Amino acid sequence: MTAIIATAMPSETAARWLVGGTLIILGVATIIGQILRLRAKSDTAPPDRRRTVANLNARIRAWWIMVAVFASANYFGRTGATILFALISFLALREMLTLTPTRRGDHHTMFWAFFVLIPIQYFLVYIRWYGLFAIFIPVYGQIFLAIRSTLTGDYTRYLERTAKIQWAAFICIYCISHAPALLTLPVYGYGDHPWGLLVWLVIVVQMSDVLQYCWGKLLGRRKIAPHISPNKTWEGFIGGVLTATLLGAALYRITPFNPWQAAIIAFTVAVLGFFGGIVMSAVKRDAGVKDYGNLIEGHGGMMDRIDSLTFAAPVFFHIVRFFFVLPAGG
Amino acid sequence: MIAGLIRLITGAQARWCGVDPVRPDGTVPPRVYFANHQSNLDAPVIWASLPTELRRQTRPVAARDYWNKGPLRQYLANNVFRCLLIERAKVTVSNNPLRAMEEVLDAGESLIIFPEGTRSMDDEGEMNDFKPGLWHLAKKHPEAELVPVHLENLNRILPKGTVVLIPLLAAVTFGAPIRIEEGEDKPAFLARAKQAVAELNPPEAA
Repeated sequence: MTAIIATAMPSETAARWLVGGTLIILGVATIIGQILRLRAKSDTAPPDRRRTVANLNARIRAWWIMVAVFASANYFGRTGATILFALISFLALREMLTLTPTRRGDHHTMFWAFFVLIPIQYFLVYIRWYGLFAIFIPVYGQIFLAIRSTLTGDYTRYLERTAKIQWAAFICIYCISHAPALLTLPVYGYGDHPWGLLVWLVIVVQMSDVLQYCWGKLLGRRKIAPHISPNKTWEGFIGGVLTATLLGAALYRITPFNPWQAAIIAFTVAVLGFFGGIVMSAVKRDAGVKDYGNLIEGHGGMMDRIDSLTFAAPVFFHIVRFFFVLPAGG
Repeated sequence: MIAGLIRLITGAQARWCGVDPVRPDGTVPPRVYFANHQSNLDAPVIWASLPTELRRQTRPVAARDYWNKGPLRQYLANNVFRCLLIERAKVTVSNNPLRAMEEVLDAGESLIIFPEGTRSMDDEGEMNDFKPGLWHLAKKHPEAELVPVHLENLNRILPKGTVVLIPLLAAVTFGAPIRIEEGEDKPAFLARAKQAVAELNPPEAA
């Protein structure tokens, strides 16, 4: 595959500005959140508003935690990022399987998903064995999990149970592992660790979530899927995706893309992020819960945070791999 | 620290619905926490999800034949959980489990008991009928609060018959205390106690 060589060199300085900018924005958001909190407390504000403000502040706190986690992973390089995402997979899988009714016969199957599939998948990512990690869970993982579930001899709702565990492994392990896999790509202008790609993906997808929430709160009228995700509106979706596209284009300096490429790709991952979120909401509704857990305060569980990353990460990985990887390395 | 570790592994979240961990005046009456029994982790998880000051004065009631096997189990039972070990097989007048439990309540401490007697094997989490020990404790210690506790998912984390632990999320729900009503007989009380535990199924799951 021929690489499309981008015009701008991704720059270290740009990345530093980005980190500084994020810290400033978070700082300002924290101050605003605290002012709103004091206001909502002092006057006889409706409990409805107090709840919204509390929710906002919890989100801000969770962002601080996420930024801190990312910064430390950045400090420890590709190893740190791979371990971090393996841990995220672990926590997400834990939440998803907790929601999934399983039977005693599935006990060992789940054990394998946690303690064998996660380490192997992330090890393959770490040693850059693209040929195997790209098929490991869809082929060998699915086959193995199906076989393991039969060994206990319980065939009650067999297809349903096995499919649920396989699906959880696909979403929580396989899809998520494509985020740290970005760091294995020999992208033009980056040297060994295209860190900017991962940061860019996470910022665009997560900010798209936040922006959709903001636009929805401001103008939201027409609901997209009232039964699955009552807070998602067409106004929020369009506004959020478009502003996330602009944001992605504005941040092109930390990527190998030119501004136009950055805009198109940002649009793509923002839309995929939206669908990732709505699909995970459907899973939650099916299980009859609102949040996946209470791991990060105010953000529901881990799965509630990374739902929008699940579909965006693998597609983004392949876009970059097909079009932006050095001919020699790819 | 071990309590923290247990909470980390099982992700156990304690919910207090209808009872406060500590009374508004800061005191805690002797309590009997009675729970459904699904896994060997049950007692440690309830113990770990109590606030520190309650944990120090709460003793799980456990089977001597299980916890006396091997030095690690003995150490955990005696020095960490401070289990009240009772005989299951050869009960005599001198080692009557109820007497030992009463001594704990007399000393102002609390107990964790599993009135089903043994772990239920059911996939759907159906409970066995309660054994009468709870009734006797309630009769003799009307001052003790009988707190129903519902454990969820522990049968999936560490089911009976396996030593392989998987890290799903557990939930521990503490409910409003019950007492023997006027004129209530033993079977009725035990059925109501069982019902009190069953009703604590977390609200989202309904």
